[in-house]
Amino acid sequence: MSGVASGSRRGGGIRRGEARAGWIFVAPAVVIVGVFLAIPIVLALWVSFSDWNGFRSPLNPNVNFVGLENYAAITVDPGLDQENFGRAVRNNLWYVVFVVPLQTIVALLLAVQVNRAVLRGRGFFRTAFYFPSVTSTVAIVIVFQFLFTASGAVNAVLGFFGIDGPNWFNDPSGIFHNLLATVGVTSPPPALAQDGPLGITWWEWFAGPSVAMSSLIMLAIFTTSGTFMLLYLAGLQNIGGEIDEAARVDGAGPVRTFFSITLPMLRPTTFTVLTLGLIGSWQVFDQIYVLGGSTAGGTITTPAFLAYETSFNDLQWGQGAAIAFILFVFIILLTLFQRWLLRERNPRMRTPRISRAAATLAADSGPATDPTTRALSSADVDDELSKGDRS
Amino acid sequence: MRTSQWSAVALATGLVITLAACSPGGNGDGGETSGQELSILIGSSGDAETTAVTEAAEAWAADTGNTVEVVAANDLVQQLGQGFSGNNPPDLFYMPWDQFQTYAGQGFLEPYAEDLGNADEFLPALREQFTYDGQFYCAPKDFSTLALQIDTDAWEAAGLTDADVPTDWDGLAEVAGALTTGDTVGLGLGREYARIGAFMGQAGGGVYEDGEVTADSPENVEALDYLQGLVDAGSLAYPQDLEAGWSGEAFGLGRAAMVVEGPWINGAMANDFPDRSFISVELPAGPGGPSTFAFSNCWGIPAGSETLDASVDLVEYLTADDQQLAFAEAFGVIPSTESGSAAYAEQFADNAAFVAGVEYAQSPVAFAGSATAVADFNASLETQGLSDPAAVLGPFQENLQAAADEANG
Repeated sequence: MSGVASGSRRGGGIRRGEARAGWIFVAPAVVIVGVFLAIPIVLALWVSFSDWNGFRSPLNPNVNFVGLENYAAITVDPGLDQENFGRAVRNNLWYVVFVVPLQTIVALLLAVQVNRAVLRGRGFFRTAFYFPSVTSTVAIVIVFQFLFTASGAVNAVLGFFGIDGPNWFNDPSGIFHNLLATVGVTSPPPALAQDGPLGITWWEWFAGPSVAMSSLIMLAIFTTSGTFMLLYLAGLQNIGGEIDEAARVDGAGPVRTFFSITLPMLRPTTFTVLTLGLIGSWQVFDQIYVLGGSTAGGTITTPAFLAYETSFNDLQWGQGAAIAFILFVFIILLTLFQRWLLRERNPRMRTPRISRAAATLAADSGPATDPTTRALSSADVDDELSKGDRS
Repeated sequence: MRTSQWSAVALATGLVITLAACSPGGNGDGGETSGQELSILIGSSGDAETTAVTEAAEAWAADTGNTVEVVAANDLVQQLGQGFSGNNPPDLFYMPWDQFQTYAGQGFLEPYAEDLGNADEFLPALREQFTYDGQFYCAPKDFSTLALQIDTDAWEAAGLTDADVPTDWDGLAEVAGALTTGDTVGLGLGREYARIGAFMGQAGGGVYEDGEVTADSPENVEALDYLQGLVDAGSLAYPQDLEAGWSGEAFGLGRAAMVVEGPWINGAMANDFPDRSFISVELPAGPGGPSTFAFSNCWGIPAGSETLDASVDLVEYLTADDQQLAFAEAFGVIPSTESGSAAYAEQFADNAAFVAGVEYAQSPVAFAGSATAVADFNASLETQGLSDPAAVLGPFQENLQAAADEANG
């Protein structure tokens, strides 16, 4: 590198010693990141390859390198460790499958509602919807515990409609199993009785979230929708009013505007919300910890909780660290996959309809009667336009 | 060039700082018996216990010229794990029975108990519970056994008399049926190994005997069948189905007329349900004779402790008969020594059933690694119930066997 660079540095002048000063200024940050982030991660990676039992330093001479043993114990070696990990992944997978889409949809709907100019008391609703997000999860879990006891408020309401509510937080039965049971299927067909991945039968994989986990899913949607509503609200306010107006002039109704204008323009926000939601729901821990973790027949245990339990209670720190790293890689892969799924596609790939017309309008703010725009628009848009003209 | 040198220096500094923080402390040589600062971590049942232990430890400290700090843990096992991994374990701590073998097996504990002045006075069952690999590791601080609690109001309302107190399984089934009314179930029982295991013992079974895993033995099947019979008759229910966190709560709320719990029930009832009047009697005997579980914590000292001598001295003080009786009075535990427990049975006649149980009590399975198998058994009891004993005992046998193979190398 350095012929020119060091030459110029040595060359003196006003910029002499600048690099050194720069390093001195960033040194505190580098040291903090190194000591509190980089080194612990490296150390944890080492622990996941070692037989450290939690006594003394993980670097003391009694700790041995065991290769991939810890990873093998939870992924490929049949046994209880593998089954527990498999069950935890199963539980969390269903949790993610339900929580991420639902919380995103709820957040978006709430944001659209509180963004409407005509809504009275907008400030109140914004605060009310955001409130669960600023409350501690622990407090909310405890409130939910009271609401969801067998004779709690939720079951009282259900009872009013003649429904006999379950014993929510203690019910380990999977909701898909329960649905199947209503049509008389209570044992697995032979194809599903076989072992699937991670030592769990396919029948168990397809059980769906247990009733206990379903209550936690509701809790998660309740608490996180407010946060993501705020992100969507910011995104919505970045969409200029002229674009909406242009769509309206083009004759798009509110539903059409929402799906063809608002939603595509919120793509970056949606990416953020989905990514944060995905990461957050794969790492769910506090709710599980407050509820005791192994209640409801082990159907609310998640990998994050299992990592904690394996390390602190069973003193198998290597295995706990291995679970944490598998989770880490898993989340990275899912995020990359989702990034690929939500990538900006070439606009020509899509059928150009309202959005294209509106975009053209927004760009040159030409009049709606511009013949070129009309020519581009499809017949139904023309129809609606003429209706709009009349009104 | 210079840039990379600087960053190398920065990284190296960070690494040195961290490694220095992680490096093991010096091996203790026992240290002085006075002038030490001892930290004591306890898993307290409440203010009464914390205050009593603190006062006792401070009295010792004042006598011997040491200082003590008693910390009541929120989550004892987690805080212990954290202390050991951070190379800063407490000098003295409650070591729960279910974690003892794991800790001893991993070399966390100092085997000091044989050197205690009162080493021979502990009850044999407890001594055995805290022996690992032939070495008596730590002094049991007290003990509890399971007994049968009977709600005396419900008992009288059902027209039962002292003569009806059950002494065998048939008697238990009979009174459980008689005590079952609209809102109250006859017997409330925790759906877990720590309760159901006592019934396995009464059937003559058990899950681990003389190094052999016997979880799927016919005796255990018989025990589960018996309990399922009570469930089918409607006279046994689990706390989850009674909307209670544990059997004691169901008992206090009047939703169960009898429960199987230990002496901690006294404190729980006095605190939360002072109006509940009840008696504790020995568990009824099964076809295999009488049996119950004994649970105990011991006073753990970390291996290579620098304050070993002072800590051992404190343990000797805390496990002396008069001190243990003071604890018994303060928060209802039973002394762990022969003479102490005898004095206790005399002084607290209501709790004589718990002391009587130690004669035939078994220790719950607790070898290193068994906790995971037991947790899985408890989970499968919850998901599948007891109706098909083979379906829950089979995997338990398998998992326990795998854990035993690993523990025995």
